[in-house]
Amino acid sequence: MSEFAPISIYLVISPLVSLILLGLPFPFASNSSTYPEKLSAYECGFDPFGDARSRFDIRFYLVSILFIIPDPEVTFSFPWAVPPNKIDLFGFWSMMAFLLILTIGSFYEWKRGASDRE
Amino acid sequence: MIIYTTEVEDINSFYTLESLKEVYGIIWMLVPILTLVLGITIGVLVIVWLEREISAGIQQRIGPEYAGPLGILQALADGTKLLFKENILPSRGNTRLFSIGPAIAVISILLSFSVIPFSSRLILADLNIGIFLWIAISSIAPVGLLMSGYGSNNKYSFLGGLRAAAQSISYEIPLTLCVLSISLLSNSSSTVDIVEAQSKYGFWGWNLWRQPIGFIVFLISSLAECERLPFDLPEAEEELVAGYQTEYSGIKFGLFYVASYLNLLLSSLFVTVLYLGGWNISIPYVFAPELFEINKINGIIGTTIGIFITLAKTYLFLFISIATRWTLPRLRMDQLLNLGWKFLLPISLGNLLLTTSFQLLSL
Repeated sequence: MSEFAPISIYLVISPLVSLILLGLPFPFASNSSTYPEKLSAYECGFDPFGDARSRFDIRFYLVSILFIIPDPEVTFSFPWAVPPNKIDLFGFWSMMAFLLILTIGSFYEWKRGASDRE
Repeated sequence: MIIYTTEVEDINSFYTLESLKEVYGIIWMLVPILTLVLGITIGVLVIVWLEREISAGIQQRIGPEYAGPLGILQALADGTKLLFKENILPSRGNTRLFSIGPAIAVISILLSFSVIPFSSRLILADLNIGIFLWIAISSIAPVGLLMSGYGSNNKYSFLGGLRAAAQSISYEIPLTLCVLSISLLSNSSSTVDIVEAQSKYGFWGWNLWRQPIGFIVFLISSLAECERLPFDLPEAEEELVAGYQTEYSGIKFGLFYVASYLNLLLSSLFVTVLYLGGWNISIPYVFAPELFEINKINGIIGTTIGIFITLAKTYLFLFISIATRWTLPRLRMDQLLNLGWKFLLPISLGNLLLTTSFQLLSL
């Protein structure tokens, strides 16, 4: 487990690096006067129309739902790929069954038009 | 039993010595980490300069020339300027998400550099799940982008953040499938083992020849993960002003740039490691490794040559992605998602199937 020690230290260092970068401007940065127009959301020079926290396209949501199934499947096939002894027929066919289910699912969602963007 | 005070003092001194040793161990571990951070920071500055010079060359402009010789210090000057700029927080946004967003994007990409072998023993952490760590950590970056897009409370930023998240997760599956094929070929997911599996037969031993489909899919997906043109939809400047960066100013804006260039460097390094034989001198029949004893003895010369070769291959791919930026037009959002889900995903699944069958045949 000792090879994880640098990772855990790095886990502390890298937030520090970015936090130092975030904090560094505070003493130096110019602080001119602020007025409402300056702090409002940028919309091509107009006063912003309404709020950004409104409805958005459902398809972004669909993409993330489509992502949830294949990603763990792919992730779980890493332990299958890695062992030093080569895969035998049993390993091959069990993985193929697994991938077949994944393919059928993708094919179904394709035919149902879940990934269509008209 | 009587314990004299001197004995107690002795025990105490031993104890402090032991704890000091641990402290020294931790401090000694800091040295490679800080070297790595410094190295990749310099790498980012070089990429920014290269991108400007190459873009200028392609567009027949002069490019940066005043800051330092050949404008090398231009990126440093820009970064310093951004440090002194005012930090504007949008009044109606969520300040906390707005501030943390860029930091998260940078942190997750910085962390992935820990599993990259720059030379034969020059790796921060030789994990046996090395490449898996990269895949796991790299999927945190879109969360940061989504946070900054949402926290800005700006329609452009929000759309940009959504697009960034959708694009990253769509292209992550083909990317992971390609990596899976590679680790199937090398029977390991440690980056060092993957490079060593390619060390025979010069450049004929590269995974590039054994995985041509995987290589192309990996290249396309990594371009999309970096949000580079032709896949820079999250910050498409004609439609969304600057995407999730619209409301940012000062160093937070700079952090996004650092994150995107770090990501570009990281993807090129991974292309090198996974497909182009990493630090190996890849010339067949010329036994340069044996000549210089690079693969055997980890001398200073061997390590330096290894770093040089890794970086040479990496910068070749950086050049390709910069040239791509000025060659290909931007995709539409539906084209982008169709390319990911209906082309790259089936192709990379087929590639995995092919790889598995060949592994089975070579039993």
